[in-house]
Amino acid sequence: MERMPKWADIVLVPLVSLILAAILSALVILAIGENPWTALKLMVNGALGSTYAWGYTLYYATNFIFTGLAVSVAFHARMFNIGGEGQAMLGGLGVALVCLYIPWPHWTLALIGSAVGAALFGAAWALIPAYLQAKRGSHIVITTIMFNFIAAALLNFLLIGPIKAEGMMEPATAKFPEATYLPNLSEVLGAVGIPFSHTSPANVAFLVAVAACFAVWALIWKTRLGYAIRAFGKSEPAAKYAGINPTKIIVVSMLISGGLAGMMAVNNVLGEAERLVLNAVEGAGFIGIAVALMGRNHPFGVFLAAILFGFLYQGGAELSLWTSIPREMVIVIQALVILFTGALDDMVRAPIERAFMAFRRGQA
Amino acid sequence: MNILSLFDIAVLDGTIRLAVPLLLACLAGLFSERAGIFDIGLEGKMLAAAFLAGAFAAVSGSVWVGLLAAIAGSLVLSVVHGLASITFRGNQLISGVAINFFAAGITVVIAQSWFAQGGRTPQLSGGARFEPWVFPGALTKIREIAQANFPMRVYSELLSGHTTITYIAFLAVPLTWWILFRTRFGLRLRAVGENPAAVDTAGISVVRLRYSAVLICGILCGIAGAYLSTSLQAGFTKDMTAGRGYIALAALIFAKWRPWYALGATLLFGYLQALALRPDILEKAFGVRVQVQLLDALPYILTVVILAGFVGKAIPPRAGGEPYVKER
Repeated sequence: MERMPKWADIVLVPLVSLILAAILSALVILAIGENPWTALKLMVNGALGSTYAWGYTLYYATNFIFTGLAVSVAFHARMFNIGGEGQAMLGGLGVALVCLYIPWPHWTLALIGSAVGAALFGAAWALIPAYLQAKRGSHIVITTIMFNFIAAALLNFLLIGPIKAEGMMEPATAKFPEATYLPNLSEVLGAVGIPFSHTSPANVAFLVAVAACFAVWALIWKTRLGYAIRAFGKSEPAAKYAGINPTKIIVVSMLISGGLAGMMAVNNVLGEAERLVLNAVEGAGFIGIAVALMGRNHPFGVFLAAILFGFLYQGGAELSLWTSIPREMVIVIQALVILFTGALDDMVRAPIERAFMAFRRGQA
Repeated sequence: MNILSLFDIAVLDGTIRLAVPLLLACLAGLFSERAGIFDIGLEGKMLAAAFLAGAFAAVSGSVWVGLLAAIAGSLVLSVVHGLASITFRGNQLISGVAINFFAAGITVVIAQSWFAQGGRTPQLSGGARFEPWVFPGALTKIREIAQANFPMRVYSELLSGHTTITYIAFLAVPLTWWILFRTRFGLRLRAVGENPAAVDTAGISVVRLRYSAVLICGILCGIAGAYLSTSLQAGFTKDMTAGRGYIALAALIFAKWRPWYALGATLLFGYLQALALRPDILEKAFGVRVQVQLLDALPYILTVVILAGFVGKAIPPRAGGEPYVKER
């Protein structure tokens, strides 16, 4: 069968989906009596107009890179990990325990320790659903959804009881010791002579996220394990026949996925809040689904999609400040992106494919 | 210690009230999944319906207009899900996720634009809410009920005093059973969830059957959502479904995709929710404090245990989640 060129598949289809989502969002904004063009200008200005704005955009993007990578690693093994939200919550717990109970001499060590703690806790939260999928055939989507709720209840319990800061009314842990504070992106960029806003929340964790992109790329396309994961994702019987152990692939890929989702906490808990608060994840785990779909499960695509969603998130916050459009508009856009790039992919792809075929026939 | 206090009439009454939306959503999911269409968008459809019911009842002053709007809105989302998962053979899970987010966002955006009350609808009163039915001879005053004898209390508080949707929900159970297991449509619907190719070979349209299942699911979700904003509460508030769509999914698995079991499962989960509102009851019953969070998490933990197959295996419809392609 003839196929359309690869660039169309990677660039054109997501782009058309994005445009469709944008058009529908513009219609919603029109319907509630605001001007979409002004809204867009406000968003661009508020999310990209200054280094302060960029700082927020990159901060959100860092979260979404981690959760997006998490979803895409699971997708490569043909599993849908909706549990990023819960795994990121547990990652936050890991970071909090590591930072509160181990006296770190320097932030570099604290960063490594927190990353390990976050990844271990996130992975642990993915372990039971993974094991149940591999051994008992329990559907991973349902179990990971359930584990999101169980994680929420667990953190709720811990934060109003055992790990709550003493003498505080708020359900949150104590502030981490100062030695663990991560440098802001401004300090990193300042060292190489680039001026950047001091007050924005973007921090070193962004570089960790970029490193994670490279690591995932190397893992999926340059290692034996990555090959096994992709083979399993393409065809389970073929993978089995080739001597790949399904149980191992399911469990290992979910552990990596959960670990990546958990590592988001290095950014939001260690890098920004510097303590663990209730509801720290704020839906980033779910945005990872949109990011992975939009980025076509490739780390570079995930990176770009995460920046896009960082822009939407920060831009949406600005919108709610200056117009009557509430922040929830971003969730609508996110939903439309998931709908068009994920569920209605065929609707977008088929006409483009047909157009290419017609064009080719015209040339021949 | 007094175990009997676990069966306090007020808690059982709360159980019924909280079980109704779960039951309707669970039956909605049952129709859809029995026809082979996974639906994790129950939550979103309920939420959209709850908003539309609240908004239209507030504006028109009639709860029935609200109910119709709720059903219509839920049906629109069902059609989107149908398009994605039946016509365009997309991923049903991803479509459901998208619908949930869409509803979570759009309800607040529109509520803010229409009513400017921070994402809620105005308080409903009078004809804009479903009134409770009072059975002949039933007591209505709280003090009278408290002093009445046991059968009278059961009659007045458990049987009487609920709104129309509650009775509809409980009647929907035998009706669902009858449709699925005693009609030709039901037989075909179940067949299309197990082996769509066989149904197709028999000359019956797989697409039409699956669309009808998805639409029935939409109607039931619409009623469930309307219940939340016009019966259980007086108006819509942001995220008012609070995970009920997912609990309904859990109940569906718990019920092994069977209507009568669905009644049992949703009553159980409703009971847990009612208990979570009354920690004092548990303290009275067991003499120790039980963490509310544990009760919140219990439906989900139970579902995982059931899914793990340690307590009787739950086997989903065989063709669930798979788009049907006519020629292979």
